[in-house]
Amino acid sequence: MSLDVAAQVLDLVRAASPTAEAEVTVDQTDLALTRFANSFIHQNVAESISTVRLRLHADGRTATGSTTVTGGDGLLALVERTGTAARLCPPDPQWPGLAPAATVAPAPPVDDETAYADPGARAARVRAFVLAADGLEAAGYCSTLQWAITFANSAGQSATAQTAEAAMDAIARAGTCDGVARLASNRLADLDGAVLGARAATKAVAGKDPIELPPGRYEVVLEPTAVVDLLQLMAIYGFNGKLVAERQSFVELNAAQFDPAVTLVDDPFDAGGAGLPFDVEGTPKRRLTFIDAGVTRAVAHDRRSAAQVGAESTGHAMPGAASWGAIATNVQLLPAGAHAGSPAGSGGSGGSGGSPLAEVEGPVADSAVAALVAQVGRGLLVTDNWYTRVLDPRTLVVTGLTRNGVWLIEDGQITQPVQNLRFTQSYPDALGSGGVLGIGTHSVALPSGWGIMTYRAPALRLASWNYTGNASG
Amino acid sequence: MTQFDVARIAVEAALAAGARYADARVMHRRSESMNARNGDIEELSQDEDAGVGVRALVGSSWGFSAIPDLSDLSGRKAGEMAAAIAAASASVPGPPADLVPSVAATASWSSPCEIDPLSVPLSDKGDLLVSVTAAMHAAGADQAEGVYQVWDTLKWFVSSEGHRIDQHIRECGAGISATVIGDRETQRRSYPSYRGQYGTSGWELVHSLDLAAHAERITDEAKALLTAPVCPAGTTTLVLGSEQMALQIHESVGHAIELDRILGWEAAFAGTSWLDLTQLGALRYGSELMNITIDPTVPGALGSFGFDDEGTAATVRHAVRDGVWVGVLAGRDSAAVAGLDYAGSVRSDGWARLPMVRITNVGLQPGPHSLDEMIASTDDGILMDINRSWSIDDKRLNFQFGCEIGWEIKSGKLGRMLKNSTYTGIGPQFWRSMDMLGAEVVAWGTPNCGKGQPGQTGHTGHPTPPARFAGVRVGVRA
Repeated sequence: MSLDVAAQVLDLVRAASPTAEAEVTVDQTDLALTRFANSFIHQNVAESISTVRLRLHADGRTATGSTTVTGGDGLLALVERTGTAARLCPPDPQWPGLAPAATVAPAPPVDDETAYADPGARAARVRAFVLAADGLEAAGYCSTLQWAITFANSAGQSATAQTAEAAMDAIARAGTCDGVARLASNRLADLDGAVLGARAATKAVAGKDPIELPPGRYEVVLEPTAVVDLLQLMAIYGFNGKLVAERQSFVELNAAQFDPAVTLVDDPFDAGGAGLPFDVEGTPKRRLTFIDAGVTRAVAHDRRSAAQVGAESTGHAMPGAASWGAIATNVQLLPAGAHAGSPAGSGGSGGSGGSPLAEVEGPVADSAVAALVAQVGRGLLVTDNWYTRVLDPRTLVVTGLTRNGVWLIEDGQITQPVQNLRFTQSYPDALGSGGVLGIGTHSVALPSGWGIMTYRAPALRLASWNYTGNASG
Repeated sequence: MTQFDVARIAVEAALAAGARYADARVMHRRSESMNARNGDIEELSQDEDAGVGVRALVGSSWGFSAIPDLSDLSGRKAGEMAAAIAAASASVPGPPADLVPSVAATASWSSPCEIDPLSVPLSDKGDLLVSVTAAMHAAGADQAEGVYQVWDTLKWFVSSEGHRIDQHIRECGAGISATVIGDRETQRRSYPSYRGQYGTSGWELVHSLDLAAHAERITDEAKALLTAPVCPAGTTTLVLGSEQMALQIHESVGHAIELDRILGWEAAFAGTSWLDLTQLGALRYGSELMNITIDPTVPGALGSFGFDDEGTAATVRHAVRDGVWVGVLAGRDSAAVAGLDYAGSVRSDGWARLPMVRITNVGLQPGPHSLDEMIASTDDGILMDINRSWSIDDKRLNFQFGCEIGWEIKSGKLGRMLKNSTYTGIGPQFWRSMDMLGAEVVAWGTPNCGKGQPGQTGHTGHPTPPARFAGVRVGVRA
């Protein structure tokens, strides 16, 4: 059906403007999210949306349009509106042309139980989480997403794929102390509300009566939930081919910018959650290594940013990328023992390898985090980095706060919960040579607060993190 | 079949499926945006979406369903689905839910608009952004950017209590920025704001900005920042321009007074609030100069409307009076839980998203002073303006904000330009240190306020003058 719609739009374009270059994307999403707070479901939503997006280049000018109005004359109106816009707007001398016909690798199979989950399946997980919190107030969500995408362009490329993701992200609250459990998976069955609720409650209780520490530099163990923030901001502001070309990124290709322990890849076929095998320009995706053993090797491109620097698109186009640049959406920091050439899934538990959340006592998220904690003389265990904002993209200096649990580590033992701290820290500097003292042995797939992205991260032990404020200011 | 018919059918279907209350919003939104860089158009996008979103209350549990189709069948399906989802919510039940009363209005409302933004020729809009960004690039900006955005939204609201309201809200705005790139740093200057200025207004707003007149100035300032001294670290008197004041109000007052946050409904994501309802009417939020209003009736401000997305008519009320916390942003259900008798601050980001408590126009009432008088009264301090970065904790207490530009104030006069200007503090301590208040108010618009899961982008307004604060920590850096 979606292929029919895409073909219909291309036919309408050909009839109206035979020489125009056109690409059509048909997105069909079913997103449902069951949200709870104060231990009851207070918001419970479901939406089903089909969006047709047309990008049209004619006579040297480009315009984009989209609509959810696909019945009646909706598609014709889209074609006419976008065609008119392309005629009237200023020239586009940077137009990179359409993606040529190319084979697209099949996406991993979709789990129908996830894609088409009913509200009862989500509510059951919420109920299990609330019960496992054992009387603590609980809040968070359980979501399911089905996303089908069809692409066709006038250069002969066409592709279709479907993906699905389930996610649970919730806290238990012990007074003013929150503990969190978070997980994404491409199978709803991997989300065990009871295990997640118990983990969140354990962390919350362990965070009671926190002490205030003075600002300063501390060695840290960042749990996977905190590491994901580093991956997101480095994907958006660092490994973004457009920003690199504009010299607004810290990235220098083929330079040893990071600790040799760091290998960073983007892999939609091993996302642990939602991942698609092509982008909105129809370019096939592949596993892409950004950092290989500390050396920067690649950045993400769409066709426009690639053309500017004489490179090829890496399949990271997204709506709005002409302004924001290409952003990787399935970034993984490889766990200890894995390397860039490792087969997909090696070393990572993702959402499909059982739940390491159930294997430990105390506030650490899992046994891999515990192993890193055991190596620390004096430092901090950090669960989340929160409300992080970039002070300067060139250095990726970021300010933000800890959230959902910080603990003091002394002689390899967690000794005290700590009040939240504010940091001001360059992320690449923290990951620089000698800065990474350890990486966890398995990664966790986690949902992103920034839309349809799923990142995978192990825990990180870093030599120094710059805390610039505490609860007193 | 009219849009009202679709909404009515959806509401009736939800009631038939077991809801004791239901409302439906049919919405049709057209939006347009254009981005230019260094004299070329980067992106022009024209988007349209339409659909119906239905909210159903079954017992004390809510459900919401949205479908992008406007027919008898889709309205019925959305209503039935909302009720079914509400029934599933009841498996993890909460306390009894109620709604504070709302007059079941039959009404129409339109925002003021002299020049329909979507009627302005694309060639004119494109020429504006191309010429301004080309001028900034020629003047030395490494990255000269310009943007405009337009939203044209039609809404039809029906509730099971008899509301029948249609609204037509037109919003637009524009802005430019010049970025220069040095060795391991970037410096940026924007006009009129780092994301532009926006309002519930026609294209006359963009005309009034006169972007071209400011292109060369901000480029020169961005270049000068590269060699300017860094904002010193320490504690000093801080004067904030009105654009940065808008951000300060948005983050440390607007979100803090959202009743859903105060009640814990956003605890896992956006966060809670340091405010405790037991202190409403008594808590000192700031100095006696601090008077904050919630006012969705401000003509042309970005957070203005005739009725919110629960059908409550726009009304002015105080959030802070003479420094004392006296009011919140509320919805009908959250107000009932809190024992309050007013709502009126619930909106949704389109038909596919659940209406929730959102900032409307939250602004600071003016004082007696000009900006020049505040500077002249300052022996040693810093003037900062135009936001560059913002971060605040999940209780809306600990903030750190960065500005594009600062100036030393020495002996009542502006001195050297300063780069990398940042300041930090704890919300109520900061507001209690406000000792001078400007007279000239600008109603700044924020078009990118994020909240909710699934995520929603809200449009908010912040009328505010500049202000002065004593004993503020500045110059935080890595």
